[in-house]
Amino acid sequence: MAKDITTTTRRTFIRNAAGGAVAVGALGLPMVARAAAAVKVGIVHPVTGWAQYSGSQCRAGAMMAVDEINAAGGIKSLGGAMIEPVLGDAQSKPEVGAAEVEKMAEAGVSAIVGAYASNISLATTQAAAKYGIPHVVDVGVSDKIVSRGLTNTFRFGPGFGAITKAGVASFLAINEAAGSPTKTVAIVNEETTGFGAGIAGIMTKGLEPAGIEVVEVLSHPTPNKDFRNIVLKLKEIDPDVVIPSHYYNEGVLFLRTLQRQKVTPKAIYSVLGGASSQYRFLAEFPDAAQYVMDCNHWFDPKNPAALALKKKTEDAGLFYSYEVFLAYTAMMFTADAMERAGSADREAITEAMASSTWSGSIMPYGPTKMENGQNTGARPLVMQVQGDRINVIHPPEYAEAEAIFPRPM
Amino acid sequence: MEFFGLTLPSYGWETVLGSAVSGVFLGAIYALVALGLTLIYGVLHIINFAHGALLMLGMYGVFFLWKLAGIDPYLAMLIVVPGGFALGYLLQRFVIGKASHGRDEIILLVTLGLSIVIENGALFFFSATERSVLVPYDLDGIDLGVTYAVWPEIAALAGSLAITGALWLFMMRTDTGRAIRAVARERRGAQLVGINVDHIFAVTFGLGTAIVAAAASLLAPTYPVHPQIGNLFVLIAFTVVVLGGMGSFVGALVGGFLIGITEQLGRLYMGESLGVITVSVIFILVLLLRPTGLFGQRSGQG
Repeated sequence: MAKDITTTTRRTFIRNAAGGAVAVGALGLPMVARAAAAVKVGIVHPVTGWAQYSGSQCRAGAMMAVDEINAAGGIKSLGGAMIEPVLGDAQSKPEVGAAEVEKMAEAGVSAIVGAYASNISLATTQAAAKYGIPHVVDVGVSDKIVSRGLTNTFRFGPGFGAITKAGVASFLAINEAAGSPTKTVAIVNEETTGFGAGIAGIMTKGLEPAGIEVVEVLSHPTPNKDFRNIVLKLKEIDPDVVIPSHYYNEGVLFLRTLQRQKVTPKAIYSVLGGASSQYRFLAEFPDAAQYVMDCNHWFDPKNPAALALKKKTEDAGLFYSYEVFLAYTAMMFTADAMERAGSADREAITEAMASSTWSGSIMPYGPTKMENGQNTGARPLVMQVQGDRINVIHPPEYAEAEAIFPRPM
Repeated sequence: MEFFGLTLPSYGWETVLGSAVSGVFLGAIYALVALGLTLIYGVLHIINFAHGALLMLGMYGVFFLWKLAGIDPYLAMLIVVPGGFALGYLLQRFVIGKASHGRDEIILLVTLGLSIVIENGALFFFSATERSVLVPYDLDGIDLGVTYAVWPEIAALAGSLAITGALWLFMMRTDTGRAIRAVARERRGAQLVGINVDHIFAVTFGLGTAIVAAAASLLAPTYPVHPQIGNLFVLIAFTVVVLGGMGSFVGALVGGFLIGITEQLGRLYMGESLGVITVSVIFILVLLLRPTGLFGQRSGQG
């Protein structure tokens, strides 16, 4: 995986360098001429530290978009300028992410895509704001990201509030279709990066009118190496449905600990479950993954370009996870804005992003409309692991299969 | 329940007992990692900062033996333990010993440097992706009523007891063990009676590495391996070593269980994030009341 990225980067670099050299040689211009031939975009992710897997997946997705754009002739309104990626490693720490942005500002990037986790994205967008660099957040779902009045910050995907509300609505529909067997739910959520702050409030507000009680909220840090206490508590409380909300590693450990301790609620319905709708988890632990439902980022299962990217990702030996297609989409959105702006100028790109009506995404979103940097057309889907497939089960217009709920014992 | 004015949530006794039992299993893992650390400290009087990196390397060894050759992680001990011994022996003999010129503060820095080299080497060659060893008996085990103990957990507990016992016997009953103890107590005196101190140092480092390789085998079926995995255990293992008494095997074992149970119960009552501070509280209390640790002696062995 790492090798692929290195090769691509090197190839891109050589191509750009060669292009620059030709330009310099032919026109006899100073080295500045090379900067005009390529437009630099910063790609910052945590590729080491606790979020290393997800960060690497994000980087791979963004790089696939860069390769596709460059292979198709670059940014046409800029005379076919190639995108030159400037890679940064946030080391899973917000302050390191901010420092990487400082370096990117120095390197003269026109835009930045990143930075996976919410707490890192909060830091990188703020650092980018100092230099007026437009920053597209690929994953970071905390709603604080787009509510600080930073005009440089954009998020093409949905935020936590929108995802949770959609998750509650879909859950109520699935529950009702099954004859409303749910009376109690327990929430298990991460509290370090704060992406799910306020989950209990939103859930209670949405579920109570339907007569469903949130009986317990069990929070844990990220990373967390042991879920036994939480599972023991769930065993005692015995809720009908467990709603987890955390990152990949914790998702794997939590679902495996439930399995090891033989705790079987009627359903596990995660909201941003980290591992729940991940092909990698399904491949490694098919039994633990079975029947888990997840409201999360997902591609439009009926979009041929989304399926082509899936094949391409899998051919590269990677799992097609939400990190890949979200970072890919964020980079595509950035390239489209540069195309619209017809300029590598940071301010012009920012304006093009704010007024974007881009419609070429592989996501199941409505029309693109930015409000305070948030794409209001963005929305999640609900998936369920069924056999060796992850099927979309809700909403009906994207559904590939019916929900299996309560899960068979 | 009230505790220093804080209202603690109350749980049924089954949940509390289940949590304590899980603390025993967690403690066994801490003890296992601390054991090699305390042995090296007891003899060489250095804190081996490369211990976590060597644990990680051992786990990669177990993973690749399983992935490429289909060798069961427990059977892999037959390969990684001698391999660990050889690696540790050579590291001390030709890298740490040579580079340090016999000065403790340099040894400290050399082991720190080694850990950086090993961790970044792993990141380069194996990538950051987490890799899991999957065993068919992963979900089987014994129902203890309050909690379910799976075979990998039981094996780690039994393994840490057996390895501590074996190490104790080795130190007490064999000539090499006696030589190690002699060097630990009085370096110059041991040299005078004809013990090759450099060789004994290397053997000790090798033994410490062999133990951490055994720990790697026992951890692999439960914890996915990645380049940072060592740090997850080694920080707590340092605490265990100091708590139990630097250089004491029994101390490492008791300290490991004490920390494991404290941590689990702390997390049960105070939440997963805050609960970990109970470990530091116990640690500070023990050091205040018994500065040499629970089983520590002034000369530093047990």
